[in-house]
Amino acid sequence: MHQVDYNSTPLVQVRNLSKYFTVGHKAVLKAVEDVSFDIYKGETVSLVGESGCGKSTTGRCLIRIYEPDNGQVFYEGKDINTFNKREARDFTRKVQMIFQNPYASLNPRMTVKEIVGEGLKLAKMPADQIEARVQELLETVGLNKEHMSRFSHEFSGGQRQRIGIARALSVDPEFIICDEPISALDVSIQAQILNMLNQLQEERGLTYLFIAHDLSVVKYISDRVIVMYLGMVVETAPTEELFAHPTHPYTQALLSAIPEADPKRARASHRIPIQGEIPSPVNPKPGCRFADRCAYATDICRQKEPENREIRPGHFMACHNR
Amino acid sequence: MQEPILSLKNVVYSFKTYGGTVKAVRDVSFDVRPGEILGIVGESGCGKSVTAQCIMRLNPEPPGFFEGGEILYKGQDVLKMNKKELREFRSKEIGFVFQDPMTSLNPTMRVGAQIEEVFRGHKDISRQEVKEKALEIMKLVGINNAEKRYRQYPHELSGGMKQRIMIAIALVSQPSVIICDEPTTSLDVTIEAQILELLLELREKLGTSIIMITHDLGVIAKICDRVVVMYGGKLMERGTVDEIYYETAHPYTKGLMESIARLDTAKDERLHPIEGTPPDLFAPPVGCPFAARCEHCMQICNELPPEEIHFSAEHSTVCWLQHEMAPETSFRRPHMDAGKEEI
Repeated sequence: MHQVDYNSTPLVQVRNLSKYFTVGHKAVLKAVEDVSFDIYKGETVSLVGESGCGKSTTGRCLIRIYEPDNGQVFYEGKDINTFNKREARDFTRKVQMIFQNPYASLNPRMTVKEIVGEGLKLAKMPADQIEARVQELLETVGLNKEHMSRFSHEFSGGQRQRIGIARALSVDPEFIICDEPISALDVSIQAQILNMLNQLQEERGLTYLFIAHDLSVVKYISDRVIVMYLGMVVETAPTEELFAHPTHPYTQALLSAIPEADPKRARASHRIPIQGEIPSPVNPKPGCRFADRCAYATDICRQKEPENREIRPGHFMACHNR
Repeated sequence: MQEPILSLKNVVYSFKTYGGTVKAVRDVSFDVRPGEILGIVGESGCGKSVTAQCIMRLNPEPPGFFEGGEILYKGQDVLKMNKKELREFRSKEIGFVFQDPMTSLNPTMRVGAQIEEVFRGHKDISRQEVKEKALEIMKLVGINNAEKRYRQYPHELSGGMKQRIMIAIALVSQPSVIICDEPTTSLDVTIEAQILELLLELREKLGTSIIMITHDLGVIAKICDRVVVMYGGKLMERGTVDEIYYETAHPYTKGLMESIARLDTAKDERLHPIEGTPPDLFAPPVGCPFAARCEHCMQICNELPPEEIHFSAEHSTVCWLQHEMAPETSFRRPHMDAGKEEI
């Protein structure tokens, strides 16, 4: 089991991050609003929430695909949006991403060798070394060298995701953002990929930001969990703590909605009702964003945004009434 | 035992393609009883969706064709129906809810009109009555503000709402069976829970049988009465939900259960994935389709297809490990003695 040093300086610090998109006349989609969190070296942090809660946008801000409208992201103490050219290149080597859809994230006109070797080529590695390195990477992810000259359409979903992981590993990153890496895969294949991610972390001391909506998977893989709702962080806690004492009404509802693969327990469990669906993040109302669907909402929830406060060591939560 | 409303008997369904014949469904038999929720579970490519589509003969023929078997609905063979009978059968007797509500609704039609479409061509019902019926059914599936929704287009609705509309369309003709093909796969967990509860409620109110096709064992555990496990176009195991989960008799079913991360899986515990990939259905293996990925594979598994062995009135499996000459494993269950039971 890997150890995380929580007294060290965090590898990634996100401070008051906001990302807005303009979606027409006077309509602003507030995808991410005032999000702050830390990720320590060697840790797996999960970002969970329903679709449209801003988890992927947050991930993309962390790797400079999007530039935030407000707030900063620090990597090893330096603001990633003020990097000069050399630092930026160094950053792209240290931070990599694994994408959700293995069918769309691999170029169909490139062979596996070209896909996996592209980062190495950009890092100016000589061609003969690239070949050997790609072979080594493919073996790491459970493929072999015969696969090098094939195109991505010749592979199954699980194999494609392995190619995506090999590509991310090619430049020896320290920090990998996994954006729903297994949700497009079959259940029996999901476990193969999860085990591999765990093993790679142990061998290489990688740090993961794991973006997911499947809470059973999140519980299995992460050290800490950040729950997002409509662009805001509602609860942050170490995994065990969060699943044992979910405090925010949204987290409670989300946890109780997980379909458990055990008929006796599924029959006994009672879902905490959550009305309606996630509202639009375009021009959101003031106050707590969950107020409209919350069973415990009072007047203050509709007027004032709740503050994120520490209710137990390491456990932060944003709700007026809890 | 209740008389089944729908029964599939030794159905074999294939597709002719340029690459050869794909044997998608190979000798599948099961019953659907009135008012029950039957789950069909398996990975992608195991033939579960094709089986469901076969029942309504939704696949274009050719390239698809039946190589054998029969599908009896209230005693009548669906495979022998002529065009007119088939049309009646599809429109009145069975409803189908597709996986992806975003693509299966017509984007250019208001949702109200799509629900009403089913009544088109019926002369004995007025426009006003049709509209009333549509609104009534929208309320039944839990759509608030039905008058407003009635006039909206699919893109104005959220995913969960669209799936409710799909269910409404399936329900309009008051069918006795609804086939749901992965109805919640593209939805968030909180919405998924709402839709599953809606299905349970509808079964309660209307007594409709539901065939639930899914790869999610959590969904099965939550709503199904009986389960059929499929792999490589074949049936692997079937039984009541409890029998499948607690008295698992097939290594594939076991593998499926162990490969998912559950809420009670410890963090340092390794998951047990099923190694390898599903079989190629252009040239399906002669023996058991799961043999190549099975930890307990024996020589005979690659050579001869196993027979179905019954443990109880409901529970049976197709696996050589249950044979009396096979080595003792944790899968071994006492056979039902009464000789060959009727399937």
